[in-house]
Amino acid sequence: MRTWMFWLVVAAVVACIFGLSRLVTNDYFFFAAYVVLQYVVMATAWNILGGYTGYVNFGTAGFYALGAYSSVVLHKLYAPPMVVLILAGGLVSGAVGLCMGYLTLRLRGVFFAIATLALAIVLETLITNWDYVGGSRGVYIIRPAAAPFFHGGYIQYLFLVMLILSGVAVCIARSIEHSKLGYGLATIRDDELAAEAAGVPTLKLKLIATVLSGALMGMAGAPLPYYITYLDPSSAFNLSLAVNSIAMPLVGGTANWIGPVLGAVFLATVQQIATVTISSALNLLFVGVILVGFVVIAPNGIIGWFARGKRRRQG
Amino acid sequence: MEALLRVEKLGKRFGGFVALDSIDIAVAPGERLGLIGPNGSGKSTLVNCISGTLRNETGAVHFENRKMDGLPPHQRTRLGLSRSFQLPKPFHSMTVAENLHVPLLYTVNARRGTHLSNAEIDRRVEELLQQVGLAVKSDRRPRDLTQIEMRKLELARAMAAAPKLLIADEAMAGLSHAEIDDILSLLVMLNEQGITVILIEHIMRAVMSFSQRLAVLVAGKKIADGEPQEVMRNPEVVRAYLGE
Repeated sequence: MRTWMFWLVVAAVVACIFGLSRLVTNDYFFFAAYVVLQYVVMATAWNILGGYTGYVNFGTAGFYALGAYSSVVLHKLYAPPMVVLILAGGLVSGAVGLCMGYLTLRLRGVFFAIATLALAIVLETLITNWDYVGGSRGVYIIRPAAAPFFHGGYIQYLFLVMLILSGVAVCIARSIEHSKLGYGLATIRDDELAAEAAGVPTLKLKLIATVLSGALMGMAGAPLPYYITYLDPSSAFNLSLAVNSIAMPLVGGTANWIGPVLGAVFLATVQQIATVTISSALNLLFVGVILVGFVVIAPNGIIGWFARGKRRRQG
Repeated sequence: MEALLRVEKLGKRFGGFVALDSIDIAVAPGERLGLIGPNGSGKSTLVNCISGTLRNETGAVHFENRKMDGLPPHQRTRLGLSRSFQLPKPFHSMTVAENLHVPLLYTVNARRGTHLSNAEIDRRVEELLQQVGLAVKSDRRPRDLTQIEMRKLELARAMAAAPKLLIADEAMAGLSHAEIDDILSLLVMLNEQGITVILIEHIMRAVMSFSQRLAVLVAGKKIADGEPQEVMRNPEVVRAYLGE
């Protein structure tokens, strides 16, 4: 499928989902769906660096929280429209991604993972000690009374925003996969020395991947203050966020764009259902059990499972 | 004649271990140079320093009169300095054909004045696969290849970058007599097309029949450099290979 056709299909799917959601009257549905969609963006963003390029980022919460806190700053300054908040979040997190990439991409494997984890902790410490954004006390955000563009609760508007954002993230991921950049990233994942020898500018491509990945995470975090209306460092830098963003692509499959989407929809939905029906504390346990199950039964994720079944049928 | 590659007083150490000690080598355009030496004599380290994978501490590498020091490997490849790895390093997640797409996309198309279309790239890949005899395996993944096919893929990938200088680092280890002849004729053919070749090899039959000139490394030092037959009669070389 051509790239522009894919964008059209995604746009149509987004429109369909939004159209169907207009039939739902219960506001809780939108609260839950927002989280699921947010994870679609996070998992897709993580996969650009983790899946395509082979660099495991444990600092996802840091990028996400930076997006959220840049929204807090802008909100306190002059409360711009949502588009500006999202773009600003992407810009800030993308810039941090560039700096982090430049400093840490000479590290490989576990060492890179530890460096990213450290980055999230450093950022959390900075935010905790920054009074303007509430410090450790947290900050209350009073969101606008009415949503722009259409009649309906503000939460429905946030749902639409996140829906569009996940559509954009998926389109970006797929465009990368089928481009020269995607080839280059795959060679880095497979063998960096051979990639260089074949003429691939590995450092440059890795920086592009960290910037894109970080920027998308920042964008996913930008609407958060309006979603929860009270933001403190421990919820913005939540560890479960980092765990989920890694577990979802792994469960779905890291080889292509659809894997993180499937993984995110599956895991986040299970978590949302478990929160309502059993207990909110059991969330991470579910992620752990499912992840262990997949590592044992389907190490290449849902995608790998289907691909294997297809190969078997073909003999 | 002006040298294509000029290595001057090149030195490299790993901690206290001197891997290369002030190496001087010049390679003329179109030449076929054999580089031999016992295991651990620094052959691969020299290749790594020339191609930019390792940084040399002292000395310099000049390619077409341009100083290479400080340039990352991918830029050296783009300038026409291509190498194959001693242990094949294929891109595992890609098919054999896709492996060859990479240097065409990232090296050949990155050069000024050349832009291959997708169809031209596909054609070139097919040509290369024919040349090395991997055409039937073009859709396979590297894990389905035999050790020999893997070496051919490694060589084909270095060739795909359309180099001026090709460094083949032990491309023939573990191959049978007939297969060695295959690879040798391939290298000779490339050389006839004007590509300068440095062959690093343990198999003396191959080195002797291929090389116009032979250089010998022992313990990080170059101990001989000259006409192959003469070099092999050099008492120092005999001592290094056969002992006292």
